[in-house]
Amino acid sequence: MLPQDFFRYTVKSVAAQRLRSFLTATGIAVGIGAVVLLTSLGEGLQQFVLAEFTQFGTNLISINPGKVTTHGISGALISNVRPLTIEDARILKNIPQIIDTVSVVQGNGAIESGGRQRRTTIYGVDASAARVWRFEIAAGQFLPDDPPRAARSFVVLGSKVRQELFGSSQALGTRVRIGGELFRVIGAMESKGQLLGFDLDDSVYIPTSKAMALFNRDSLMEINLLHSAGSSSTSVAEQVKKVLVARHGSEDFSITTQEKMLEVLGGVLGTLTFAVGAIGGISLLVGGVGILTIMSIAVNERTGEIGLLRAMGVERSQILALFLGEAVVLAAIGGLAGLGLGVGGSWLCSLLIPALPAHTSWSYAAAAELLAVVVGLLAGVLPARRAAALHPVEALRAE
Amino acid sequence: MIQLQHIERVFMVGEEEVHALRDVNMAAEAGEYIAIMGPSGSGKSSLLNILGLLDRPDSGSYELDGTLVSNLDEKQQAAIRMHKIGFVFQFFHLVPRLSAFDNVALPLVLSGVKPDERQTRVSAALAAFGLSNRARHRPDQLSGGQRQRVAIARATIMQPSVILADEPTGNLDRSSGIEVAEILEELNHQGMTLIMVTHDPEMGKRSRRQVLMVDGRIEGRTREDRGQ
Repeated sequence: MLPQDFFRYTVKSVAAQRLRSFLTATGIAVGIGAVVLLTSLGEGLQQFVLAEFTQFGTNLISINPGKVTTHGISGALISNVRPLTIEDARILKNIPQIIDTVSVVQGNGAIESGGRQRRTTIYGVDASAARVWRFEIAAGQFLPDDPPRAARSFVVLGSKVRQELFGSSQALGTRVRIGGELFRVIGAMESKGQLLGFDLDDSVYIPTSKAMALFNRDSLMEINLLHSAGSSSTSVAEQVKKVLVARHGSEDFSITTQEKMLEVLGGVLGTLTFAVGAIGGISLLVGGVGILTIMSIAVNERTGEIGLLRAMGVERSQILALFLGEAVVLAAIGGLAGLGLGVGGSWLCSLLIPALPAHTSWSYAAAAELLAVVVGLLAGVLPARRAAALHPVEALRAE
Repeated sequence: MIQLQHIERVFMVGEEEVHALRDVNMAAEAGEYIAIMGPSGSGKSSLLNILGLLDRPDSGSYELDGTLVSNLDEKQQAAIRMHKIGFVFQFFHLVPRLSAFDNVALPLVLSGVKPDERQTRVSAALAAFGLSNRARHRPDQLSGGQRQRVAIARATIMQPSVILADEPTGNLDRSSGIEVAEILEELNHQGMTLIMVTHDPEMGKRSRRQVLMVDGRIEGRTREDRGQ
């Protein structure tokens, strides 16, 4: 039998029972549609979250005081911990692969301008923060690179704070009061959106030493490092550890490389996507049972035809192939329809809920179609084997 | 060309052994016209199934065109069925979803003949059986006689050496039956061996040789050389 004739024969058999084939294929379509839609959403979510986390750049390492131990108690609680200082950050900058450092202090406070007041997050950072965290400045400039001891009282406003305090009026050059001290506005940020519920636009940036004075701290909360793109984050982290251990006498700090964090995050999200896809797989299983049922019925109905084919010299293996072929054609049609459903559904989803991005990759689509074919094959095996096992004489007697 | 020797076939029906064929010996020359007759349950159909390689005897040998086909494996037997044997059934056994043309073309499709060659051969066969204007009709749009003509066209499209017909007129009215019998006889005249199972004495009388079966045995030959 020529391949094209084999194909035509199976397609004709499927087409002969239009309604029945349509309903059976629908079962598979729903299954594949669910798998494609759910994995698309999962994939989209994964890309979205990773993009959120990499918006500050990818070659970041953060150092926090205190060693996280397996007991779950932060070392910061124990008195022999030396706090992180601006001096630590300055020394770390000497490591060749490290491009820049940011010394971070963070707290909440009120900011006043004219008659308006707003409680907001206040970050004490260095001039390098704009570069390390990839900040976009909408107006003015970021904090100048003043020496820590002689930092001037400048503030850069997040877009939301600027909007709330000044509306459409000019903010640059005006004075605002933060925690009782006067700061001059020298810049305003582009909107950055939210990250894990923190509104990045509802914050202001002042020099680190000013923030330390404001919050009455003598140590940093975090040091961020930007290392060069070519260098490995683990080797840089090793060097940082060596330098700080030499300065502090023990490892009383924690180093988190962004690479590691993204790896863990990506792993979690990947598992989530897979789990969600597996839920869709259950409906695919139901579709497979539908094919099994309908093919069993078809074999019963067409026993006479099977006998005829055997009488005309068709071998058992060819009967098997014909009925398997029909199951696969049913599943493949359903799979294609399901792809349409899934891709259309995820497109609609991203249209209706822009915050929930959906992304269908071609490899997923191909894998889904392949999955449909495999389901068809598996579902077809039992009925096709029964068809092939029929004795020609018995089969011919059936009609 | 057909040589059956000591063919035995036993079926188990529940606990009971049923001897469908007992020591059947039969020979047929190429181009013969044989009617296998006998009451129902006498083993006519069992014999035809053995002759058509649809069933295997429990013992005995079957030689077809000089080949000992009873010893062949399933694959080889399938090839013999495809190329040397044409079946005509009482209930036609047309594939309901296929047109008359596609039904006749089916053996060619299954044996891998190319579409353009199929087209010419099937068209010629349909014309020969007076079915040219029915080529696009499905079986349920055809009369009984037309259906059986399609089935005969299908059985002969591969130019088999033997036609095995199981009650070919049993499901037809009298005039269609005679028409079908005449077509089969015409094919026989052209050289195809025709072996027909029937319990209709009228049909039996038309054959040149009758084989009477009773209780799984061949009882003797009646009306040999009817024509002469």
